[in-house]
Amino acid sequence: MKLELGKIFIKDIQFGSKTYVENGVLYVNKEEVEALVLEDDKLSGCHLEIARPGESVRITPVKDVIEPRVKVSGGGEIFPGVIGKVSPTVGSGRTHALEGCCVVTVGKIVGFQEGVIDMSGPAAAYCPFSKTCNLCVVMEPNGELETHVYEKAARMAGLKVASFIGQAAKELTPDEVVTYETKPIFEQAAQYPNLPKVGYIHMLQSQGLLHDTYYYGVDAKQIVPTVMYPTEIMDGAIVSGNCVAPCDKVTTYHHFHNPVIEDCYKHHGKDINFMGVILTNENVFLADKERHSDMVAKLCQWMGLDGVLITEEGYGNPDTDLMMNCHKVEKAGTKVVLITDEFPGKDGKSQSLADTCKEADALASCGQGNATLQFPAMEHVIGTQDFIEMQIGGWAGCVNPDGSFEAELQIIIASTIANGFNHLAARGY
Amino acid sequence: MAKFRIVHYMNQFFAGIGGEDKADLPPEVHEGVMGPGVGLQAALGDEYEIAATVICGDNYFGENLDQATDAVIEMVKQYTPDVFVAGPAFNAGRYGVACGTICKAVEERLGIPVITGMYVENPGADMFRKDVIIVETKNSAASMRQTLPTLSALIKKMANKEEILGPKEEGYLERGIRVNYFAEKRGSERAVEMLVKKLKGEPYQTDLVMPVFDRVDPAPPIKDIKKAKLAVVTSGGIVPQGNPDHIESSNATRWGKYDITGMERLSAEQFTTIHGGYDRQFAMANPNVVVPLDALRELEKAGEFGELVNYFCTTTGTGTATASAAKFGTEIGKMLVEDHVDGVLLVST
Repeated sequence: MKLELGKIFIKDIQFGSKTYVENGVLYVNKEEVEALVLEDDKLSGCHLEIARPGESVRITPVKDVIEPRVKVSGGGEIFPGVIGKVSPTVGSGRTHALEGCCVVTVGKIVGFQEGVIDMSGPAAAYCPFSKTCNLCVVMEPNGELETHVYEKAARMAGLKVASFIGQAAKELTPDEVVTYETKPIFEQAAQYPNLPKVGYIHMLQSQGLLHDTYYYGVDAKQIVPTVMYPTEIMDGAIVSGNCVAPCDKVTTYHHFHNPVIEDCYKHHGKDINFMGVILTNENVFLADKERHSDMVAKLCQWMGLDGVLITEEGYGNPDTDLMMNCHKVEKAGTKVVLITDEFPGKDGKSQSLADTCKEADALASCGQGNATLQFPAMEHVIGTQDFIEMQIGGWAGCVNPDGSFEAELQIIIASTIANGFNHLAARGY
Repeated sequence: MAKFRIVHYMNQFFAGIGGEDKADLPPEVHEGVMGPGVGLQAALGDEYEIAATVICGDNYFGENLDQATDAVIEMVKQYTPDVFVAGPAFNAGRYGVACGTICKAVEERLGIPVITGMYVENPGADMFRKDVIIVETKNSAASMRQTLPTLSALIKKMANKEEILGPKEEGYLERGIRVNYFAEKRGSERAVEMLVKKLKGEPYQTDLVMPVFDRVDPAPPIKDIKKAKLAVVTSGGIVPQGNPDHIESSNATRWGKYDITGMERLSAEQFTTIHGGYDRQFAMANPNVVVPLDALRELEKAGEFGELVNYFCTTTGTGTATASAAKFGTEIGKMLVEDHVDGVLLVST
């Protein structure tokens, strides 16, 4: 499967009379987008705001972050099985992306697991979305919705808006085109016979109760481990539906920009032969954990992989899946490097992970999420700060009357995301 | 300019008082330097003054831990030092433990920065490396001369309240404290490079050496369940409405104990959950799905077990540091033993 990803670099967002891109500026017809969101009768209110890097602006509680993309050729539609048609599959041909801008969904909390994006100040160094221009879709639930109903409405609204805006990229000439290709398994193995065959075990958050992810529209709790082409992800085959701890959240943006896939492609043909992605999940039942880690190890062996990288989403319970996968895959003869973040307590002295195995001898740290930070008051808050003390990373009394607060890094969206997207890491002192 | 003041702790041997025969010496304080303090004073230079030396026999300290600690603290306090130094103890086991104990106590009770030095295999090193900066020494006192520059450099940093860098840069034993930094390359790139090295059989360095976990042996089965007194302890965050003890929704630092006397079930009007790791909707509608009081009362009435203690204990399990969890467990366990509880239903979520 071969995908050309055409990137149109966006340096600003402005409201305009229609939605289009000109000279690196995305113009958005506010009324049109708000009406699109309000098509869903689960939502009673919606307004758009723009947040730019360097502004004294805080966005919270954030649910998801999505980059606008569009399929130009090759079949299929962005977010297949969710927004786009489920068939044909995606991952081939040409896709355009509005890089540097994001759709951010905001509104009254669904769960405590929604975070903060600061566009300036000390927290900005920890958040990838402090560096992008953000179109914030602020929503109001229609009455007292059940949490999962509200979550779905908010999730769908974000994806709809991103797809709609992505359409503006269809006819544009990209500033940069990057081509990614992974061949069918035997051809791929034959292409670089002298390089080690490397795979990526991508663990999707699927603990349930608002911790869910979707693959071609299928709830990831319902999947058994499977193999996919890396380029399918770049067309939105995976969307985030979860309210995992904000620091750990693999947003839909991060699925598009999976850093392990990007870096494996950078090394592809040089010192590794990147064979593809093994998709698995993180269900809470022991039987699922046992079955799926067995299947993951079996797939590694079946693909003849010499080495794999494994990432998880979330902490605590999924550490068990991470370690089961590591243990069984190494036992099956494939070398493993883990990527994850750490939660050793505010003083950094406790154990970083909830589980361990002796095969876990190579791990890249994505930082520790319990370290605390001072968040200054911002001139403008998009959404509301009403829930900071209850959001993950906050505590009773952490907010000062002027709107400044102290919280753990956990409260910042994707600050310690456990797939290696950031430069943040932890070391022993 | 006033000099920075140091108080130095050492044992009877290093103070030149005697060997094993003097190991029962109780704490005493002397003005000025003694033993290795001479070399340390020279390494520190004129801006620093070792104001006093506290001496205690190793056996006396080990056998009278609380008393000796209190006495030493009182002696240190009167000199109001900027930094407290103990040892270095090299590979002397009892001395190492004494240095670690007294450093930890001085820091906790007097709020003064503390430092000691030990050989990595000194039993005191593993006991105190998390709490105290321990300069890494060789295994004998013959290496005093090599140790002093490292020790004095750190004392100066502590006195001037300068940032202490990592263990490799500064020469102390890693404390096992996880500290954030921004790496030159992002995590995924470092991981791919690590994998390439691992595949080639080349040396690589993991970012996190796997910890050794405490494993708790299961308690023996209850002999007679029909007479047993039971309790419920949960990490599911069930609390009275309003969360009176302000238990955090993640990384809890507190636990709560809540009365259930006379209740047949937990009512949603009185109880809720503040757990930040799951969709709370179902537990808020019916808290008994986490603290199964309704089912336990039925079993109690049917005589399936003796009685239920008249409270339950709760905290939030998500993201909670293992040190906090161990502390809660110890505190709750002690209380349950005092209340003659025979068995506990631990409900996680």
